[in-house]
Amino acid sequence: MELYHVELLSAALFALGVYGVLARRNAIMILMAVELMLNAVTINAVAYAAFLDPGRLVGQVITVFVITVAAAEVGLAMAIILRLYRVRATANVDEADTMRG
Amino acid sequence: MDAQAVAFAIVAVVALVSGVGVVTTRNVAHAALFLLVSLASVAGVFILLVAEFLALVQVLIYGGAVTIVLLFALMLTRAEEFSNVRSNPQWAVAAVAALGVFGAMGAVILNDRLDTQELRGPSLQELGGELFTNWVVPFEIASLVLLMALIGAIILARASDSDEPGSGG
Repeated sequence: MELYHVELLSAALFALGVYGVLARRNAIMILMAVELMLNAVTINAVAYAAFLDPGRLVGQVITVFVITVAAAEVGLAMAIILRLYRVRATANVDEADTMRG
Repeated sequence: MDAQAVAFAIVAVVALVSGVGVVTTRNVAHAALFLLVSLASVAGVFILLVAEFLALVQVLIYGGAVTIVLLFALMLTRAEEFSNVRSNPQWAVAAVAALGVFGAMGAVILNDRLDTQELRGPSLQELGGELFTNWVVPFEIASLVLLMALIGAIILARASDSDEPGSGG
């Protein structure tokens, strides 16, 4: 297992997340794709910390914060999606166009 | 190939296959379960990178909290449309964009190999000491962020009388 193997895995997961965010219309599906991208980023941070600079802990500490923010984000996003579903009877982002100019 | 490489290949393949499942399945509940598998495989990658604490946190937070929240929200909405969601008409463009992102990142990764040292991770004691000395202020701010998210989620999701369609909430 070399560093570039892990980097390629991370890049592939990130690309999958990009595809999901661009191609999906359901807000929950988009949220899950965002989670995939966040995970790709944390894999990179941990891999660099372990392979390049084992004495310092910044990579792992940053990953702890990313996971914290991801948890907060999912809670808020699900609340917003539930609210949207209650008001518009859909979780389809194409149809949530109230603020369209 | 040593045992570590074999283990990495297995978790990487599982993570990628279930990741493809997340972005291609038409059922939202299936996508949430695929996401759980993918995140658990990422925890396996963390173990191989000598980050046991992060692997534990990954399983607890993502497996125990995020996926459960997603599934609970699905159960609460009881939506028929969630068992058969369609993708955008421009999914082909999205696929090209994602492949472009992967191609660009892969080219950079393979062209510019970094000099690596022997794989080593900090002990749990070192990580805890670092978190509560040099990073104590961001750590406390993170707990405030979580509290704010909790309050905001309760306020947003609370049922109110103004929820008829068209009232704007």
